[in-house]
Amino acid sequence: MNRITASALAAVAAVGLLSACGKAPEAPAGTTAGKADKPAYQGAADAYMAQGWKAGDKASWEQHLRDRMQGQNEYARTAVKQ
Amino acid sequence: MARMKFLCDAERCIECNGCVTACKAEHDVPWGVNRRRVVTLNDGLPGERSVSVACMHCSDAPCMAVCPVDCFYRTDDGVVLHDKDVCIGCGYCSYACPFGAPQFPTNGTFGLRGKMDKCTFCAGGPEPHGSEAEFEKYGRNRLAEGKLPSCAEMCSTKALLGGDGDVVSDIFRTRVLARGKGSEVWGWGTAYGRPTQGGGAQPEVKK
Repeated sequence: MNRITASALAAVAAVGLLSACGKAPEAPAGTTAGKADKPAYQGAADAYMAQGWKAGDKASWEQHLRDRMQGQNEYARTAVKQ
Repeated sequence: MARMKFLCDAERCIECNGCVTACKAEHDVPWGVNRRRVVTLNDGLPGERSVSVACMHCSDAPCMAVCPVDCFYRTDDGVVLHDKDVCIGCGYCSYACPFGAPQFPTNGTFGLRGKMDKCTFCAGGPEPHGSEAEFEKYGRNRLAEGKLPSCAEMCSTKALLGGDGDVVSDIFRTRVLARGKGSEVWGWGTAYGRPTQGGGAQPEVKK
């Protein structure tokens, strides 16, 4: 009986010790000690919104930005012209 | 989408400081604060190289780790931002940052050190997107407008790339293959790995 109790205690102690070795979970995106922030795909309430995507639609925002990123790739630009 | 990243191609950067100017103008950054700057190595010597440096929006950001008031946060897109209403201007983040990204306005009364200011990847801060409050504290929120950072989009030689880390890595890899050098740089393979997003058109490799 004592052996079982000792084994159980050792197991609990091992779990407790090993739990300190793990990486602390990251805080959820957009949270801080202060105010919460909305995701970028929600759009901005100003007069400078780019055309070609719908505010609030994450998929269209991502696709729009991906297309815009390829504007930095002149190899893709020349391939389109040919 | 993966995490937003900057990548500066030192083979292309011509030290024009266009990125610095674009950032200053876009966000009305105050005098004495430089969210972005161009660092030149071996200036005037053969082999001179320049790199545009700002906040790198680290995946495991040391500034976030050391901040005593927990004013930093990371967006869904991997952009590291901070809340100026929480920041106390202690400067711990500037000691922790390996890139010198955190800046402190010192033009107040008696050279008072103000609250920290840094590159936001043109993603504003914790205020309503596109609001006057957001602009006054953090500058324009171009990501919420469906745009990429001003510095990268204004770069005349496209040395500075900004966007999804996988995509900009693919663009850079395409260039390296085209010019036939660059991949021998130490750590390149580790940092940028193998293509994952297609990377657009493949270049014609000169024979």
